[in-house]
Amino acid sequence: MDSALIPEGVKRCSFGKFALAIMIAGGVLLWGVFAMLLVWIKGLNQTNMNDYYGFALWIWADLGVIALGGGAFFTGLLRYIIGKDELKNIINYAVLIGFICYSSALLILAIDIGQPLRGWFIFWHANVHSMLTEVAFCLSCYFGVLTIEYIPLILENRQIDKVPFFHNLAHNMHEVMAIFAATGAFLSFFHQGSLGGVAGVLYGRPFAVREGIFIWPWTFFLFTWSAAAYGPCFTLFVTRLTEKITGKKLVKQNVIELLAKISGWMMGSYIIAKIIDTWYWASVTAPARGFNLIDFYSNNPFYGIWILIVEIVICGVIPAAILLTPKGRSNSTLLFTALSLACIGVLINRWVMVLQVMAVPVMTFENWVMYIPSWQEVATTILPVAYGIILVMISFRYLPIFPQERELNP
Amino acid sequence: MKEEGKHKKAKKYGMVINLDKCTGCGACMVACMAENNVPFKEDESNKLDSITWMRVYKLTNGKSYPDADICYLPRPCMHCEGDHGHSPCVSVCPATATDYNHDTGIVSQIYTRCFGCRYCMGACPYHARYFNWWDPVWPEGMTKYLSPNVSARMRGIVEKCSFCFHRYQLAMNKAFVEGRSELEEDEYQTSCTQACPAGAITFGDLNNSHHKVNQLVKPDNNHGGRPMNPNAFRLLERLGTNPKVYYMSSREWIRRAGDNYIENEGQTKGQIKSHH
Repeated sequence: MDSALIPEGVKRCSFGKFALAIMIAGGVLLWGVFAMLLVWIKGLNQTNMNDYYGFALWIWADLGVIALGGGAFFTGLLRYIIGKDELKNIINYAVLIGFICYSSALLILAIDIGQPLRGWFIFWHANVHSMLTEVAFCLSCYFGVLTIEYIPLILENRQIDKVPFFHNLAHNMHEVMAIFAATGAFLSFFHQGSLGGVAGVLYGRPFAVREGIFIWPWTFFLFTWSAAAYGPCFTLFVTRLTEKITGKKLVKQNVIELLAKISGWMMGSYIIAKIIDTWYWASVTAPARGFNLIDFYSNNPFYGIWILIVEIVICGVIPAAILLTPKGRSNSTLLFTALSLACIGVLINRWVMVLQVMAVPVMTFENWVMYIPSWQEVATTILPVAYGIILVMISFRYLPIFPQERELNP
Repeated sequence: MKEEGKHKKAKKYGMVINLDKCTGCGACMVACMAENNVPFKEDESNKLDSITWMRVYKLTNGKSYPDADICYLPRPCMHCEGDHGHSPCVSVCPATATDYNHDTGIVSQIYTRCFGCRYCMGACPYHARYFNWWDPVWPEGMTKYLSPNVSARMRGIVEKCSFCFHRYQLAMNKAFVEGRSELEEDEYQTSCTQACPAGAITFGDLNNSHHKVNQLVKPDNNHGGRPMNPNAFRLLERLGTNPKVYYMSSREWIRRAGDNYIENEGQTKGQIKSHH
C-alpha cells in the first residue's frame, strides 16, 4: 500500500501491522494528550506537586530526556569535528533520537509552567544570572539545530528525493552539516551544563549545592560530561532495541563497538569525577552547612544510601568497566546490560538532583516530604515516549535511517 | 536641607521576632492574610498546598516532662540579601519576576511577570514561597472586603510575603506630599507586627541605629548583618542567605534549632552554643 514511500532495497512489515502498532502507540499518546489538556485547562492542581515539590516528575523527565538525547550532539561532534567517519552509520538515528528527546523536553516545559501563555517571558525578561535562562536559550537554539539536522533525512525519502529542489537542498545541507554539528556541540555544552547548574547553584539547598569555578558549579561540568557519556549509550540502546524488534541487523558491530568504547571512556572518567565530587561534597561542602552525608540518606521511607550506590557503582562503575573491555563490548548480552544500566544510572542521577533535592528537609524543625505523582503527571510523562515511538516507527519505515541496512540484510 | 541634598543611605528593612514572647496565637497569620488578600481553600488542612505568607511553626525540644519545652516560630519571607542582593530566589528567577530592592532590602514578587516555573520555590530553604495551584475563590460578598492596595493573584504564579510593601508605598506617598523623603519608624509597619498581641514582632530599618530592630540585634554589616546580640540568631545562618528576619530567645535549644549542626559540633560555631 505504501511501498512507494519505503526506501529501496529494504524490507518492512505489512502496512496493516504498521498501522496497528501506530494505533496502539497513538492510543497511549491520546491518553497523554488528554492529561496534557486537563493540565492546561484546569491548571497544575491536576498534579500532586505542592509547595515543597515545586519541581517534580516532569522536571526529572525533562532532565532525563535531555541527558539521554545527548547522544545526538556527542555523536555529531565525534563524526563531524573529531572525524570518526564510521559513525556516519549511526548518526542519523542519533539525530532522530535527539530530535525526539529535545522536542519532548520543550513540550514538557510548556506543560510544566503555571502560566503557559507567558512562557516567552523567559526570553523577553531574561535574567542573565539564572541558569534556567541559559537552559531556555540554548535548549531552544539546539532544538533548531536538531531540526536542521533532521530535515535532510526527511528530504531523503524516496518520493521527496525525486523533486530536484529537495534533492539538492538535502545534498547541500549535508555538505554544511559540520557547522551545525559544531554549533550543536557548543549549545549542548551550555544547556547540559546549565541544567546541572540549576541544581548546583541552589545555595539554600545543601543537598544540591556545589562549589565550582567562576559562575559554574561542578554540577555544570558533570551534567555535560554525563550527557556526553550516557547519551550515546541511549542511542546504542535504542538501536539494539530496534534491531531486536525488527529482527534485523541495522548497524555493523564495529560501529557499535566504537561508540560503546568512546562512551566507556567518557563514563569511566565521568564516574571518577563524580566520585571525587561526591566525596568533596560529603566531607567539606555539606559539613560546612551542618550536614553529614548520612543526614541526606536517612530518616525517610525511600531515600537510603542505596540510591548513591546504585547510581555510582551499579549503574556507573560496572557499565563503564564493561564498555571499556573488548570482551564486554563484543558480547551482546553484556553490552546490552551495560547500556541498560547506563541509561538507568543517568536517570537516577537526574532524579536525585531534582526530587531528592526537594525531599531533604533543610530547616531543623521540618521533616522529609515524599511525593507520588498523579495519573495526569504520569500520562503526560509517558506522552513523549509514545510520541517518540511513533516518530521512530514512521522514520524507520519511510526514511533511510540506517545506511548499512541494505548491506547487512541482502 | 543639607541632609536632604546628600545621597541617602540605603535602608534595610527587617524584622526581629522575640520567640520568648510569641504565644503561637496565629494573629500574625490572620492579619497577614487579610491585609494581603491571601487566597484560601475550603479545606485548608493540607499545609503542603495552602498559602501562608506568614506561617507559625511549633518547635519542641524533644524532651519529656519535666524538661519538655515548646516554642512557636513565626516564619515570614526572610527577604534574604544573599551576596549583594543575590538572594537564593532572586538569582534563579529566569524572567526577573522577583527582584531585590537595594533601596529597601525588600525582595519583591512581580505577579504579572511570573510565569510559574517555580524555580524560586526550589531555591528557598525556608519554604516562604507559595504557588497558586488554584484560582482564588472568595466567599460571596468577600470581594468587597479585599484590600484595594494589594492585587489579587491568579492561578499559576508564585507569591510570598512582601513585608507589606504597599504600606511602604503609601507611607512614602504621604511623606512626599508633606515634603519629606524620610519615614518615621512607626510610619511603615507590617500588619503582622501590629497584630501581634504579645508585641513579639518588631519591624524597622536595620541600617538605622535609632530603630528598635537595629538596637535589638545589633547587625554586623561587615559580616552580612550577622547579629551581635548573643540571644539573636537567623534561620540557617550557615547557608549564607543573609536573611533580614532575626529571632531572639534566651533559650539555647531554640537558638540551636535555627541551624543545622553535625554531631558534637557547635561549641564554637557562630554565636549559638550547644546545650548538649
